[in-house]
Order: sequence, then C-alpha cells, then structure tokens
Amino acid sequence: MAHLSQKRHVPLSILAWVIALAMAFPVLWTLVTSFKTEAVAVAIPPRFLDFDWTLENYRTVLRRSDYALHFWNSVIISVGSTLLAMLFCIPAAWSMAFVPGRHTKNILMWMLSTKMLPPVGVLVPIYLLFREWGLLDTRIGLIIVLGLMNLPIIVWMLYTYFKEIPGEILEAARTDGAGLTSEILFILAPLALPGIASTVLLNIILAWNEAFWTINLTASSAAPLTAFIASYSSPQGLFYAKLSAASIMAIAPIMILGWFCQKQLVRGLTFGAVK
Amino acid sequence: MSRITLKQVTKSYGSAQVIPPLDLEIDEGEFVVFVGPSGCGKSTLLRLIAGLEDVSSGRIDIAGIEATHLPPAKRRLAMVFQSYALYPHMSVRKNIGFPLRMAGMDPAAARKKVEQAAATLNLTDYLDRRPGQLSGGQRQRVAIGRAIVREPAAFLFDEPLSNLDAALRVGMRLEISELHERLQTTMIYVTHDQVEAMTMADKIVVLNNGQVEQVGSPLELYRYPRNRFVAEFIGSPKMNILTGDYAARSGAAAIGIRPEHLDLSTESGLWAGRVGVAEHLGSDTFLHVHLREDDSLISVRGPGNVELRAGDAVFVTPRQKELHTFNDAGDATRARPV
Repeated sequence: MAHLSQKRHVPLSILAWVIALAMAFPVLWTLVTSFKTEAVAVAIPPRFLDFDWTLENYRTVLRRSDYALHFWNSVIISVGSTLLAMLFCIPAAWSMAFVPGRHTKNILMWMLSTKMLPPVGVLVPIYLLFREWGLLDTRIGLIIVLGLMNLPIIVWMLYTYFKEIPGEILEAARTDGAGLTSEILFILAPLALPGIASTVLLNIILAWNEAFWTINLTASSAAPLTAFIASYSSPQGLFYAKLSAASIMAIAPIMILGWFCQKQLVRGLTFGAVK
Repeated sequence: MSRITLKQVTKSYGSAQVIPPLDLEIDEGEFVVFVGPSGCGKSTLLRLIAGLEDVSSGRIDIAGIEATHLPPAKRRLAMVFQSYALYPHMSVRKNIGFPLRMAGMDPAAARKKVEQAAATLNLTDYLDRRPGQLSGGQRQRVAIGRAIVREPAAFLFDEPLSNLDAALRVGMRLEISELHERLQTTMIYVTHDQVEAMTMADKIVVLNNGQVEQVGSPLELYRYPRNRFVAEFIGSPKMNILTGDYAARSGAAAIGIRPEHLDLSTESGLWAGRVGVAEHLGSDTFLHVHLREDDSLISVRGPGNVELRAGDAVFVTPRQKELHTFNDAGDATRARPV
C-alpha cells in the first residue's frame, strides 16, 4: 500500500515542482539578472548561467541611492502602520467577538467591502488632504494611510482568532476583578498571541509590499523600498540589471523575515479555513 | 453584612422575557441553591447577580450596596464556572493569585494567601503546573481556590460539578459543603440536580420558566410543596400524581403521593395492582405498579427484603397523612401545618 501511494506521489511531486518553479521563476530570473552587465541582461537569446557574474549593479545602486534610508523607511512604515492598526483593531475585534450586536456581521461585511474599492478612486481626495495637512512625503502620513488600508483585514483576522477563545474565561477574569484593560492585557492578548503574531506578520508583509500609496504619496525623504525600485524604471531607458539589483535588495529583507516565520504565516493564512 | 437582595428584577432578550419580575432575599452566610429544569432561567439569574448580564429592570443590592449597574469586578463576588474557566496560559499559582493581583495586593502577601488556599484544597504539589496538566477534579479545585483567596462577599457556583464523573461529584459535593461550614460565606449554587440541592442547601429556590415556584429549606419543600411542579421536581424517585377517580375521592383535581409513603401488601389494601418492573437495590426495592382500576403506573418504594417479581398481584395503600392534594391550577390545597 505504502509502495503504491509512493508511486502515485511521483507525478504529483513533479507537478508540484513545476508549478513552484514557474511561480518562483520571475524572482529567480531577477536574481540572476542582477548579476549581469546591462548588455548581457538584454541579450537575445537570454543567457541563463553562462556569463561573467558581477556585483557591479549592486555597487552602482548603493552608490546612486541611499539604500539605508529607504530600508529604514520601509521598516518604520510597515511596522508602524501595523502597530497603529492593531491599536484600533484589537478593541474592535474584541467587541465584535465577545459582545456582538445585531449589526456586527453587517459591519464586518461593510469593512471588507471597502477593500473592493480601487485605491486610485480615492487617490485625489487623499492626496489633497495630505497636501493640506503637510503629510506628503512623511513617514507618519504613510503610517496612517497604510494602517487604514489594512484595518479591515486585521479586524477580520483578529475577529476569527478571538472567536476561538471561550467567553467564560473572560467572564471569569471580570468576576476576578479585572477591568477591561486588564482583561485584554492579561487574558485575551496572551491567549490570542499566536493569532496576533501571525496577523502582525502578515500585515507587515502587506505594508512592506504596498506600492500604490507609497509611490504616490512620497518623493524622497519618506520613500520606502517600493519607491526605491520604481526610481530605477525611468522613462529614459530601462536598466534591467540595476533594476533587478534594486528589486532584490528591496525584497530580500522581507523574504528572510517570511522564511523564519513560515510556521506562523501558514497558520495565519489557513486559520479558520479548516475547522 | 453580605446580604443579597433582588427587588422586582427582570431580564428580557428583545421581546422575550426570560425572568419576569422576581424578588429574592439571600441572608448572610446562607447556602442557597437555585434548582430547576434546564432553560428555567437559573443560570441567567446567577449571571444577573454576578453582573455578567445587565438586568432589564429592578434592583440588586449586595452587602448593603446597590449593585444593579456595578461591573462584575466591583461586586466582590467570586464565581466558579461549569467549564472551570481557568486561564490556560497561567500556572495554578498564577490562576489562584490572579484576583489578588487584580486587587493590587502586595506580591509577598498574595503568595502566602495562594499557598494557604492551595494547602486547604490539596493543590500544593500542583502549584507550578498548567491547567492542561490537571484532572477534572483538580481543575475544579483550582477554580474554587481562585474564588476563595479573595474573600468575596459571596460565592457563585454555576453547575460546578456537572463536568465531573459520578464518584468525583459526590466527593466534591462534600468538599463544597465543608468549605461553606468553614468559611460561613454566602454561597449561591446553581444546579439542575435536585439531589445536589437537597443535600447541600440551607435554602432552595425552585425556578420554572424564570419564575420562583417556591423558596424554602430542603425538608420544607419535600414535605409541603406549594404546587405540582415543586412536588414532582423535589424528591427521587419523583412523586406519583394520580388524577381522575382517585383524586375525586379526595375532593381534588389531582393527588400526589411519594413512593416512600405507600405501604405494600400482598393480601389487602386500598389500591389493587400488578407489579410491572421490580428493581432490587438491596437496601430498597422500587416497584413499578400498574393499578387495576385504570392502569395508572405508580412507583412504590419498599424495604430491601421484598420478594415480589414482575406480574405479581399487589395491594398498595397510601398513608393518608402524607397525601398531597392539588386543585385544577396545580396548587396544593392542603393547609400547610406550621
């Protein structure tokens, strides 16, 4: 039996590998391209591995742009916006999970529906507000906008986690003398910690990769790595090798983070799907 | 003074009223049991007292203070839940110490109190374990420990024994009674098990559809039930109710007689019948007797040495002094001797 199922696994394994490689190919190709010279990068037919590997592109990119600044902007904006959103989402999800009203389900659906609006639809008003309030090209401006963007997803994720916690435990805390803050801090948060952690992780990644608002609302001083990549696709002519090097430098940190937190992420993404 | 008073308390969910206006007084140090079938509102009533649900109208006083709108944390009550509701991420020590930590007690003093509580509940060896590593009985003890450390005005128990197996339940029942003897603190205990109610309570509150059917000591309820509901609910096996001609002869709509108040004879008696099922327990014999007159089924408790078998003819005679009579509305009609 085991022998048979092993045999049956072979074609499935091959299929899985093919799909995985196809999905990873653009990233792998970018990685390879980042080590080519500009001439080799556009060569037809394309060269795979047989070329003179060079680090020149990385040197040029580091010389031309302030990578550290963009890196820190990305870190501050993605972590900051996630924490800001958590500040509002934990109490919101708490009330929806433990003291649901008649309209809780509707509110949840409405929150989700805001994600269906294309962001460009509100670009002009938000741009004008930002200009008015002096928030253009500031980290705090992006923290606010990305925090708001991810609010619905965070509330939904936390709501699902909180629903799993038995209400009696919170009631016990209340009769034991815990006020609302103590109840959330000492009982709910520790119990929901795995859920909160995967929510935070996923949202840091979403915020890190967010390119629409970060590119449109920044110029230089608050520009995160997304804007840094974009600055290498200039209309004067594409520099594929340098663009690739910049891209790899932008995605490497978040990929490493994701790699180390795989377990949490998988749990976060599949939670509630398999009850 | 840790008297608990409920005045005209009601609870409605939308248009459905689960507790119609209800008055109740619980004296200091009393062990009060709320008993009734499931869905009778006994747990809701307990949650109203605990402050876990808001009353729709009325007033609740706890220890001389109006508590109607106080949050649970401010009511100085300790509750033991059916599911124990222990904090799974904390050790037994931290679980028991949590109310003290919330009260802002000095850690050294709190530690001492936790260890004292653990010692009285035989939990000393388990202080550093998590709830997940304990058996059901031990978890229940931790829940009780968490309740006693803070010296509350009253303890609230919400069906605390229903998750335990039968043998453990009897043991814990004794422990809770002993705890009450020792602490002399007011206790309110919710159960659907009338045996628990009879054995533990100073005062039983029988509830049905959110309404108080009768309040009294266990023996008062047993001897003088105010209506058919209480008569049938209290006592095990339950009281026999006969209607029709049997009742008409006593001038009532229905008569009630407990299985233990019927005399058995094989030769003569008031009601003739035939044994259906005979249950020989050794100490007692429970007979299910089909009466000849209209085939009503009644249960009779006889001594352990009764040799009757299924199908045997038998005569049953009720002790007139123990006969309960009820009118059409189901209310007891015999004056209660005081």
